[in-house]
Amino acid sequence: MTNDESRGRRVGQHPILTFADRGPVSFTFEGRPMTGRQGETIAAALAANGVRLFRHAEKTGRPRGFFCAVGKCASCLMVVDGRPNTMVCMEPLREGTRVERQRGRGRLQ
Amino acid sequence: MKTVDIAIVGGGPAGLSAAIAASRLGAKVALVDDNDRLGGQLVKQTHKFFGSKAHYCGTRGMDIAAILEQELRGLPAEILSGTSVVGLYGGRVLALASRERFTRLAFKCLIVATGAAENNLLFENNDLPGVYGAGAVQTLMNVYGVKPGTRVLMVGSGNIGLIVSYQLIQAGIEVAAVVEALPRIGGYHVHAAKLARLGVPILTSHTVLRALGKEEVEGAVICRVGRNLKPLSGSARRLKVDTICLAVGLTPLSELLWQTGCRMVYVSELGGHVAWHNENMQTSLCNIYLAGDVSGIEEASTAMLEGRVAGAHAAAQVIGLNPEAEGVIAGSQAELCAIRKGPFGDKAACGKSRLAECAALPA
Repeated sequence: MTNDESRGRRVGQHPILTFADRGPVSFTFEGRPMTGRQGETIAAALAANGVRLFRHAEKTGRPRGFFCAVGKCASCLMVVDGRPNTMVCMEPLREGTRVERQRGRGRLQ
Repeated sequence: MKTVDIAIVGGGPAGLSAAIAASRLGAKVALVDDNDRLGGQLVKQTHKFFGSKAHYCGTRGMDIAAILEQELRGLPAEILSGTSVVGLYGGRVLALASRERFTRLAFKCLIVATGAAENNLLFENNDLPGVYGAGAVQTLMNVYGVKPGTRVLMVGSGNIGLIVSYQLIQAGIEVAAVVEALPRIGGYHVHAAKLARLGVPILTSHTVLRALGKEEVEGAVICRVGRNLKPLSGSARRLKVDTICLAVGLTPLSELLWQTGCRMVYVSELGGHVAWHNENMQTSLCNIYLAGDVSGIEEASTAMLEGRVAGAHAAAQVIGLNPEAEGVIAGSQAELCAIRKGPFGDKAACGKSRLAECAALPA
């Protein structure tokens, strides 16, 4: 997905805030290339790309997304560069990051 | 291992104010915060504050965060951002973890200003992606400029629910409705009036019954509730929304305080379990303090005042009581009293007085 496609999910004209685009960051989600922005978290970049399902719960397999977005609830745990249980609402997006959905507790790779 | 006079956990309005007050009085201070940015939840608050000039009225929350941070950076305090407290050893040493390393920090006094976490609400499918806390929505749209969805159901008409609804509209997102289980709107009239003028229905005596969707929110079912807050049969209706935003209160983040072994009490008016504390923000352990939402859910202005009280009192404990510290403590306590006498200070005032009542009881 390109920046253009994600633009609709970016806040445009705002009466109070301006959001400077500090440059693109390329990453992958489930192997698919995506583009986020410098200075944002993985969770924000995924949301901007229309991804809301971050993991499947351990016992029920039910879908989960983020809930608090400030590192308090652990609803947003994903596999980042092979590392499971990464709280993506707190993790800065870096160039080339591999982001994958987590199933259950995740497994060390 | 490094030793400081006062370790402060949490860099929101309470922690920053505590660090400024203590550092100004000459105490050696370290402030720890798990975010890379200081300011806590102020950084996403685009609305202007009410109150008096002394409480930054007319200033936006995000600007208050910048003012406090700048003030602290001009003082000789150590700031450890991007750092989480992961342990407490012997009541005198904090274990700290950043992305790079694990360190320890010894303290004489500890001020816990960890804030609060958002409450969830019990309804069918409340775990679907697209059910977000109001603070999460604020972070996403006001800090990162990302829309949480295209059409939102807001649950809760307290000030947070009303303000975030308005901010959603400012960000170009539609608000389908605000539902409120109680028969009256919870927040300030001025916030509700802004929404009403924009045509957003505020449905009192209504709640959310279930979220619709398989992998993420594709709709919501709302219904009327009776006086007992139970759903009224035949009143359910569907709303086409892709996001359900919950503004149904907060719970103090008390884990670290539990771990200190200080006396904990349950006070519903304060949002749940809080560490018992006196008017100096001191817990039952004389070197452990708290300030802000972790001491009872209130607002940023009271958090800043409580931070000043805790910071000044802890500093006085370490370096000796002096007229300057006494002045900060007494002045801030008087301002807290004044705010809690206001129309929306009832709940906190009642909660804090319940703490005073249990002072006489054994732990």
